[in-house]
Amino acid sequence: MRDITKDFGAVRALDGVTIEVERGHVHAICGENGAGKSTLMKVLSGVYPHGSYDGTIEFESHETAYRTINDSERDGIVIIHQELALSPFLSIAENIFLGNEIQNRGVIDWDKTNLEATKLLARVGLRESPTTKVLELGVGKQQLVEIAKALSKRVKLLILDEPTAALNDEDSSHLLDLINSLRGQGITSIIISHKLKEIRRIADTVTIIRDGKTIESLSMDDPDTTEARIIRSMVGRELASMFPERTPDIGEELFRVENWTVHHPIDTERVVVDNASFSVRAGEIVGFAGLMGAGRTELAMSIFGRSYGTNISGSVFKAGKPISVSTVSEAIANGIAYATEDRKRYGLNLIGGIAVNISAASLAKLSRFGVIDQFKEHRVAEGYRTSMNIKTPNVSVLAGKLSGGNQQKVVLSKWIYSGPDILILDEPTRGIDVGAKFEIYGIINELAASGKAVILISSELPELLGLADRIYAISEGRISGEVARADATQESLMHYMTAEKD
Amino acid sequence: MTSARPAFRLPKIPGNLRQYGILAALAVIVMLFQVMTNGRLLLPGNINNLIQQNAYVLILAVGMVMVIIAGHIDLSVGSVVAMVGAISAIAMTQWGLPWWAAVVVALVSGALVGAWQGFWIAFVGIPAFIVTLAGMLLFRGLTLVFLTGGTINALPAEFNAIGGGWLPELLGTIGEGRGSRDILTVVLGVAAAVILIVQQLRTRRKQHRLALITEGSAAFWTKNVLAAVVIIALTWQISAYRGTPVILVIVAGLILLFTFVLNRTVFGRQVYAIGGNLFAAQMSGVKTAWINFTIFVIMGTLAGLAGIVTTARAGGAVASAGTSFELDAIAAVFIGGAAVTGGVGTVPGAVVGALIMGVLNMGLSILSVDAAWQQAIKGLVLLLAVAFDVLSKRRGGSR
Repeated sequence: MRDITKDFGAVRALDGVTIEVERGHVHAICGENGAGKSTLMKVLSGVYPHGSYDGTIEFESHETAYRTINDSERDGIVIIHQELALSPFLSIAENIFLGNEIQNRGVIDWDKTNLEATKLLARVGLRESPTTKVLELGVGKQQLVEIAKALSKRVKLLILDEPTAALNDEDSSHLLDLINSLRGQGITSIIISHKLKEIRRIADTVTIIRDGKTIESLSMDDPDTTEARIIRSMVGRELASMFPERTPDIGEELFRVENWTVHHPIDTERVVVDNASFSVRAGEIVGFAGLMGAGRTELAMSIFGRSYGTNISGSVFKAGKPISVSTVSEAIANGIAYATEDRKRYGLNLIGGIAVNISAASLAKLSRFGVIDQFKEHRVAEGYRTSMNIKTPNVSVLAGKLSGGNQQKVVLSKWIYSGPDILILDEPTRGIDVGAKFEIYGIINELAASGKAVILISSELPELLGLADRIYAISEGRISGEVARADATQESLMHYMTAEKD
Repeated sequence: MTSARPAFRLPKIPGNLRQYGILAALAVIVMLFQVMTNGRLLLPGNINNLIQQNAYVLILAVGMVMVIIAGHIDLSVGSVVAMVGAISAIAMTQWGLPWWAAVVVALVSGALVGAWQGFWIAFVGIPAFIVTLAGMLLFRGLTLVFLTGGTINALPAEFNAIGGGWLPELLGTIGEGRGSRDILTVVLGVAAAVILIVQQLRTRRKQHRLALITEGSAAFWTKNVLAAVVIIALTWQISAYRGTPVILVIVAGLILLFTFVLNRTVFGRQVYAIGGNLFAAQMSGVKTAWINFTIFVIMGTLAGLAGIVTTARAGGAVASAGTSFELDAIAAVFIGGAAVTGGVGTVPGAVVGALIMGVLNMGLSILSVDAAWQQAIKGLVLLLAVAFDVLSKRRGGSR
């Protein structure tokens, strides 16, 4: 792939990326969240059709012009996305041959289908009957089914996007062995991963991408290729001076969580948050750093009324006293607010007006005997429109019509109006333009200045370094490190964020 | 007394043009049939029948719009109408209860049916489509069991008056015999028109004081004077028949009550929140299970009321009562602008939708159009109304 450039509107996601993968190698691509890794792979596999990007792609020394995934699959390039794309109610064999059925004039040859599927399952080392339904399999086994499906398409180049993010140690290990053995069979793999140990274990070469650009490609045989070197390449950018000035005024401890453990809601054996303990003081901004899938959102959602997970244990204290947070309304009543990561899915009623959204978590304050004072509601919303600078002609405009930055301001208004003492902000600036980001940083600072405890979850390390007084790093559901602002660097955080269980 | 057109009663938000669109459609249909029937559609007797015959759709649509806003559906209401009708008839004829006690028993049975279905939907998590489909079969079956296949007639006159009676001529009449007018009806009509305008003026003054956006004076007065004229004209017409139908008072009260509940109360707001984005509602602390349960209890109670009205108007309970009522109510709600995906819909919209269906029924009957064709035409109107909605949204270019 040479000089690949891809724009989304005004945003340049990829900027002249060049990457060379040798036949029969395992090539790792490494980079922060949002660096452009997944976009690059989508360009390669034809998800973004030829013509929607600049640059050239050569595969087996001919130039490609894929318009769809089918085109690239015909050449033997198969991508396995982070979110698995299997049909849960169909059997393993049916999934493997989905869209590629072994048939005789439209009639499926089941004997041959199941026979071929059995052979493929043996190759990936999955001991299950081909007629087992996919929903009965764990994520690790589903991943193997995806690979079997890729093999059925006579794959030459296998692309895996964060294949181990959702897997436990044992399944990860098995998967890595499998990729290793596929290399022996002449199958080239590109693996996107943050996990440095993993890369060290199986990759021949690693390419680091940052801000849509190739930084460097390193051979893993080279003794200079150390984890520290890779981390430096991943984060090595300047801290933009886009954070408003703030003098922290930190008071007493306001919020403390002890020994918080959460299990996955479906795969109930899997520990998603592992014995996490942390505290936040009044007026303090505490950052949570972690890579995708580290468990930050799961931690926040499980604290906020057990909105995520099963078999949750641990205790929560506010100003030293234990509080119960087992339902969302209890959490809100105890002064906790949680502005969700996914605004559109969990945060807003997009077909409701701005005023309706702002009042949604505080209707009790706006009503008497269950009747809403609509004039007051309107006044409150107008107040936030002015103070938060929500760019809209009036507060009856539907939330779905606003830009991302303005939507986020509506979400923040809603939670500020609920009168919380503790605010958990999950990726508050994701997908927001630079101007609105700056405004939101100002709002976060004001919240802390007014004596609230602010928990800031962010994937952008500069944001955490620019705003937070203290940063916890999370890796694989554990709090792997705690760094004060003065000692925090992107390198030190990345070190904790990629820490793995021994 | 108010009219059956309370769409004008709401403080209007700009951009809510679709509601006017559907109102215009109703006006066009009324005028069309008025011409085609040589003026027979709006004769006093026919207006009276329109109200009495369609009361059940109005009552059911008021509940159904709430169910649909929350993202559910209720297929069982027709069967509940039949079963509650049977229970009320049995209560009066076999248990010897007075008519008012039978009404209470009927409403309570409706509420219990709603609680039963609400339990499965809200707390067990079975989709409303399935639960109420089961209810449709279950309650129709129970009706047959209760009535053992026969019918129960000879109900007290007071009970029958709920569906087919009129308010007493308390204030006397203008003139005697045929062509006389009931003064009470006229007084109620004028009072409703006056209350409407006073109420609207007060809201407008408050909006002005708080410097909220209001519509222009011309639009405000055109709208309200037109509404007042329509109310007075309609009541003037029906006063020449037998006076104010009892059911009109009940229906108008329900429409006002539920417009208020959906627009102004915390409960109503949470219904919209659940339909608009269930996850966001949960994450805002809305107790979604209890709201869903309550919605179905209310729907059940209203279906019980529709059962009383239907039985009273027919003067007896039959096992086949209420067949396909659920479809009439659902059609009215969708014609009135509700969204299949939930979160959108209004009581006045559903009422206008129900009136469109009612006027079509009445007009086509006067024209003696074959019943088979009537059904086909109603089906097309439903499709066109929703298609218009979908297309106008697409032209709005939201995505």
